[in-house]
Amino acid sequence: MKTKSLLIPLVALSACFLGPDLADRASAQMLINGAGATFPYPIYSKWFDEYVKVDSSVRFNYQSIGSGGGQKQILAETVDFGASDGPMSDANLAKAPRRLLHIPTVAGADVLTYNLPGNPQLKVDGPTIVDIFMGKITKWNDPRLAQQNPGVKLPDDDIIVVHRSDGSGTTFIWVDYLSSVSKEWESKVGRGTSVNWPAGLGGKGNEGVAGQVKQLPGAVGYVELAYAVQNKLPCAHVKNSAGNYVAPTLDSITEALATAKIPEDFRFSMVNPPGDKAYPIAGCTWLLVYQEQKDAAKGKKLVEFLNWAIEKGESMAESLNYAPLPASVRQRVLERIKTIKY
Amino acid sequence: MSATNHRWRKFKNVLMQAVALACALLVVAPLGLVFYHLIKSGIGSVNWAFFTQLPKPVGESGGGMANAIAGTFILLGLAALIGVPVGVLGGVYLSEYGSSRLNWWIRFAADVLNGVPSIIWGIVVYALVVVPMKGFSAWAGGIVLGMMMIPLIMRTSEEVLQLVPNGYREASLALGIPRWRTIVQIVLRTAMKGIVTGVLLALARVAGETAPLLFTAFGNRFWNHSLSDPIAALPLQIFNYAISPYDDWHRQAWAGALVLLLLITAVNVGVRVLTRDRFQKPA
Amino acid sequence: MAKAAAKTELQAPPEKLVQRRWGDAVFERTSLLTALSVFALLALTGYELAHGSRLALHKFGWRFLAGSEWNPVSEQLGALPFIFGTLVSSAIALLIAVPLSIATAVYLTELAPQWLRQPLTLFIELLAAVPSVILGLWGIYVMVPWLREHLFPLLKTTFGFLPLFQGPIYGVSMLAGGIIIAIMIVPIITSVSREILRSVPGLQREAAYALGATRWEVTRIAVLGYAKKGLFGAVILGLGRALGETMAVTMVIGNTPQIKASLFAPGYTLASVIANEFTEATTDVYLSALFEIGLVLLGVTILVNVAAQLLLKTFGGPGVKPQN
Repeated sequence: MKTKSLLIPLVALSACFLGPDLADRASAQMLINGAGATFPYPIYSKWFDEYVKVDSSVRFNYQSIGSGGGQKQILAETVDFGASDGPMSDANLAKAPRRLLHIPTVAGADVLTYNLPGNPQLKVDGPTIVDIFMGKITKWNDPRLAQQNPGVKLPDDDIIVVHRSDGSGTTFIWVDYLSSVSKEWESKVGRGTSVNWPAGLGGKGNEGVAGQVKQLPGAVGYVELAYAVQNKLPCAHVKNSAGNYVAPTLDSITEALATAKIPEDFRFSMVNPPGDKAYPIAGCTWLLVYQEQKDAAKGKKLVEFLNWAIEKGESMAESLNYAPLPASVRQRVLERIKTIKY
Repeated sequence: MSATNHRWRKFKNVLMQAVALACALLVVAPLGLVFYHLIKSGIGSVNWAFFTQLPKPVGESGGGMANAIAGTFILLGLAALIGVPVGVLGGVYLSEYGSSRLNWWIRFAADVLNGVPSIIWGIVVYALVVVPMKGFSAWAGGIVLGMMMIPLIMRTSEEVLQLVPNGYREASLALGIPRWRTIVQIVLRTAMKGIVTGVLLALARVAGETAPLLFTAFGNRFWNHSLSDPIAALPLQIFNYAISPYDDWHRQAWAGALVLLLLITAVNVGVRVLTRDRFQKPA
Repeated sequence: MAKAAAKTELQAPPEKLVQRRWGDAVFERTSLLTALSVFALLALTGYELAHGSRLALHKFGWRFLAGSEWNPVSEQLGALPFIFGTLVSSAIALLIAVPLSIATAVYLTELAPQWLRQPLTLFIELLAAVPSVILGLWGIYVMVPWLREHLFPLLKTTFGFLPLFQGPIYGVSMLAGGIIIAIMIVPIITSVSREILRSVPGLQREAAYALGATRWEVTRIAVLGYAKKGLFGAVILGLGRALGETMAVTMVIGNTPQIKASLFAPGYTLASVIANEFTEATTDVYLSALFEIGLVLLGVTILVNVAAQLLLKTFGGPGVKPQN
């Protein structure tokens, strides 16, 4: 019977976790579940953590499973809100059981990050990036790279392309940009949250790609700016449509956002904007919310949070390397949030 | 000629023994290496906060995995709720009732079921529980782990029930005690130790499962307050942290892995030490 | 045998009390139902996967298995790269694990000094209990860097003339996936083989010793020769595990759906693509294709496991324990 002595503490342990849990359910703290983009995960997790101080009766559980996942799970209504970096396609929107709203939150940039000895500052233009990701430029000392980076010592090493293995809005912004600079890319690969990559290996999430690039000497990948900054990964300067090599910074993204055209339903692309100092590979990120909320209590809390995020939360964006929405857009978004019924 | 042949045979004998020893050492080497690296990279982060605090938002250091540890125990509790009764009763049927033909098929199916990759269970429960319930939940996670426990427990229970001497059953029946009460009060009670062992081993096995939880339990950054909500689990958290680029999360992943592996190893070693006599069958 | 005798005896009820029969009947039926649940679970799994994949089955038909493109944007989805990756990584794993496991099992049953057998067996059982995700964590941060810095360059310079060992070295690769699977299936093959070898009758060994055979010769001729079929069953059981390994493989294989001759190139497996893409497949066809991949995986693992169980059951009888 000695084994019983092992089981008893185990059962007791589970019970003491389950016990208060069951008892607690009457006065249950509400949990609102969301899933989707990894791109804004750093700011969302900050918001949800801060929001506990604003309203302690509700918790927002956000799992960064990728934008594709965010779109799919909100369509299947397995979560209360979705999040995506790419706007949903008309075909997918048509599948929604009720009207889905796109609530833009912040804008960010995709950066080209790399792992080279000493990590020198690189400069690249769009067509070069396309050919690296097409698998046409395979060596770091390729003449086209050398020509744009005079004075930088580029090694005779293989370029290891790292891309996302999951459906992702970061990917959407990236291939949206590549498609906008290359007809070949547009026809062969196209736009989407996950595409058929001509070259390279896959990592899961912004985290996975950044992790791989850090691990592999000679690797190059694309991640969201905040990830690169937090992990001290180098970011290439990219040539914009005005012909300038621009570093991905808050200012250059804000400039890009300011020059982008934003339609009524907030579904817009902002790659390759005309601004002189605009960083060309930037995009907005959205929360996906049903206009008619099924659960009145959850709907109310969700709306309160959305209002807080747009009014107060936006001010936290800059410290995490996201560009906040311009005031005019913010006003439009708040108007839209008012239309949510619960 | 025959002498050199003999020497060659002797040499080959020694050589092959050495090769076999080398293979055995190579086989257990990863265990040592895994433990070594887990302790080296994880022990520093196993502190009070690790067991008592929630994870911090991205980029802030500190925090812990308290919710994931609790989540794993809750999931195991739910799994046991499903897996133990079904598994043990199934084992009772195999051992006490049933024609040998049917039993052969049941055993066969249970063994095949054991070989089904755990990720498949994840999809099935996603389609069966998550989609209709409109949400990821602790229930879904518990159900998936419980389903995986059924064939495991069924086979081990059957095995220990068969070790109960038949005289016990006969004596009880001779006293006029009905068969089902004989089974419950005499047979099961006698075999209790073995059954508990089997249950513990099954729990230890599913405690480390990650793949089926990806689309069922889903993960949760906070405490779980309702079994219909998503829930954190230690292996899930380890996976998410392991593939992240944050050094702080890596440290936590190592610490989480260390704690999980110690728990599983403790159960395995404990069970084997306590039931040594049963496992020491003569060769 | 005694049990069978007892059973016939028990089946004649000593008394005919209705109430008693009622209790017995309920108990027996309930336990029968629970035992039959294994069939229900198998059927349910098959049904759910088939149901989920009907869209893909309809759209792609058999071409799905032969299609080598995995393009969610254009919805050109073929499973060949994943089938290839699963087969190759499992083959690598078997190539490494089989000789090691059988040698270890032989060592444990035939050659090792008595005092060493118990702890060694325990270590192997503990290795079997290490969760996949923990091995994956160790794989990413310890094994893969070591492979990239040391083993792979060595292989490249020594065997670089083979297409298997050409091309850029990433670390994460088909070979890394194969090695991590090998570590995971070694304990299974070893402990099943050990059971098999233990069930070889002592008479076999004694006869060979009597002929003047050395220990190794006894093992090779009398033991291994006798146990061949059972050992084959153990290997097939290991293969079944290898095919379905998910987390550790996903973490080190590189997740790229491509068919490359080089083992240094990243690959993708059936199980990993489900783990990575299942929650995020945006279109119905894409999701359905993932269900179909699950169906393929289920079909293959069931076939392999049925084969393994048949081999083991005809060899070992009831002596072979179920493996946790």
